[in-house]
Amino acid sequence: MKSFFRMSYPYLLWMAIFIVAPMVMILLYAFTRSGNSMLTFQFTLEHFANFFTDPTFMRVLWTSLRIAFLTTVFCILIGYPAALFIANLPERRQTMMVLLLTLPMWINMLLKTYAWRGILMNFDLESEIKVFIGMVYDFLPYMIIQIHTSIAKMDRELLTAAQDLGANRWKSFTKVTLPLSVPGIISGITLVFLPAVSSFVIPKLLGGGDYVLIGNLIEIYFLTAGDWNFGSAISLIMAVIIIVSMWATKKLDRSAQED
Amino acid sequence: MDKKRKSRFLSNGYLILVLVFIYLPILYVVFFSFNEGKSLTHFTGFSLRWYQNMFEDRTMLECIYYTVLVAVIATVVSTVVGTIAAIGLSKARPLVRTAALEINNLPVMNPDIVTAIGLMLLFISAKVQLSLVTLILAHITFCIPYVILTVMPKLRQLDDNVAEAALDLGATPWQALTKVILPQIYPAILSGALIAFSMSFDDFVISFFTAGVGINNISMYVYSMKRYNPSVNALSTLIVVVVTLILIMVNLIPHIRDKKLNKGDIVR
Repeated sequence: MKSFFRMSYPYLLWMAIFIVAPMVMILLYAFTRSGNSMLTFQFTLEHFANFFTDPTFMRVLWTSLRIAFLTTVFCILIGYPAALFIANLPERRQTMMVLLLTLPMWINMLLKTYAWRGILMNFDLESEIKVFIGMVYDFLPYMIIQIHTSIAKMDRELLTAAQDLGANRWKSFTKVTLPLSVPGIISGITLVFLPAVSSFVIPKLLGGGDYVLIGNLIEIYFLTAGDWNFGSAISLIMAVIIIVSMWATKKLDRSAQED
Repeated sequence: MDKKRKSRFLSNGYLILVLVFIYLPILYVVFFSFNEGKSLTHFTGFSLRWYQNMFEDRTMLECIYYTVLVAVIATVVSTVVGTIAAIGLSKARPLVRTAALEINNLPVMNPDIVTAIGLMLLFISAKVQLSLVTLILAHITFCIPYVILTVMPKLRQLDDNVAEAALDLGATPWQALTKVILPQIYPAILSGALIAFSMSFDDFVISFFTAGVGINNISMYVYSMKRYNPSVNALSTLIVVVVTLILIMVNLIPHIRDKKLNKGDIVR
C-alpha cells in the first residue's frame, strides 16, 4: 500500500511550484523595494507604513470591511428564516428548493452582476446601495444552504422533546434550533464575509469608478500603476485580515458550543 | 389548525420572495434577450436579432471558444492529477497528508485575487510570457484542490483491506487501482470534475491576471465591455438553459437509476 503514496509525487511538485512559490513571491515583493533584481533584495517595511498612514487607504479599508460586514449581517437576516422554512418543508420539496437555490450559483457571476446593472439602471440609487444589493444577491444562496444543512441535520425529536417539556415554539427555537444551527451560520459567514472583503468585480460593475474597495486597489496597483511591491503589500494586509477574522469566527464557534 | 395554515402561508410566501430575488436578474436577461431594441429598460418588441448577432460576432465566439477550451483542458487534467494525488495522499503518513492538504487548501481559502497575483508574479519572474498556456496552468492549479477535496472524503470511507486483499490475491497495484479503488470512488470523481468545470468556466479574477493579451474568456469580455452589448443577454440565456439541463440531468440520472434498481428488487 505504501507504493500508492508515490502517486502523489507529481502533485506535490505541482503544489511547490504553483501554490507555495507564488505565496513566497507575494511575501518577497511586499517586503522589498521596487527595482530589485533577483539577487539584490532590499528589505523594507515602507509599503506597510505608507498604507497605514494614508487616510485614503484607511478609508478604502474601512469601506471594504463595512460593506462586507453589512452584507454578511443581511445574508444571515434574510437567509436564516429561509433556511428554517425550507427545513420545515416535506422532504421532496426540500430537495427541490435546495436545487432551485443552487442553480443560479452555477451561472457566471459577471453575467448576473451585469443583469443587476440593467435592473438598477431603473432606479436612482447611491453606488454603495447598488454594490450592497449586488453582494447580498451574490452571497445569499451560500448562506441559506449552509444554515439549511445544519438545521436539516438536527434531530427532530429534540423539538418534540422540548415541546413535551413545556417549551413554547419561540423557546424551543431559541434553546434548541438556534444553538444547533450555529455551525451553519459560522460556515455561512466564512463563505460570505471572506469573498465579500476581497471582491472587486461587483464594486467595479455596480458602483461605477468612484466606488473603490481593497480588491480594486490591488487591481489598480498591479495593472494600472504597475507597482507590484505596494500591490503585494496590500494583498498581504488583506490576507492577514481574512486569516484573523477566520480565526476569530472559529473561536466564536467554539465558545458558542461550550455554552 | 387555522394558525398553522396561516404560518405555512407566511413561510411559503417568504420563500417565494427569496426565489424571486434570486431569479430576478436571470429572468431579466432572458426577457431582454428577446428585445428588439438595444435598451435594457424598455421592451420594444420581440426579436431574435441578438441571438443572430451573437453567432456573427467573432469576438464573442472567440471568448466562448477560449472559455470552453480552457475549462475542458483544466477539467480533464485536474480530475486526473487530483484523483491520482488524492489516492496517493490517502496512503501517506498522517503528518505528510495533513501538511499536503493544508497547502492544497490554500487556493480554496485564499481570496481569488491573492491566488491570481501570486501566479502572475510567478510567471513574470520566471520570464514566462502570459499566454493561453499560463491561463490553462492557472486554471489547473485552482481546479485540482476542489477535485481532491471532493475525492478525499470518499477515499477515506473505503475499506483499506479490500485493496490489500486484491494485492494479496495476486493483483498488480495497477489492477488493484483500476478494478478495486476507482470503481468505488467514481461518483466522487465525477462530481469533482463537475465542480472543476464550473469553477473554470465561471472564473474571472484569476483569468484576468494570468491570460495573455488578446485572450479573453466570457467573464473577461463582459468585464471589459465598453458599451453594453445586448448579445450578452442572448449568451446568458443560452448558458442558463445549458446549466439547467445539466443540473436536471445530474440530479435525475441517479434518481432514475435508483428507481430501476428498486423495481428490479421488487421483481426479484
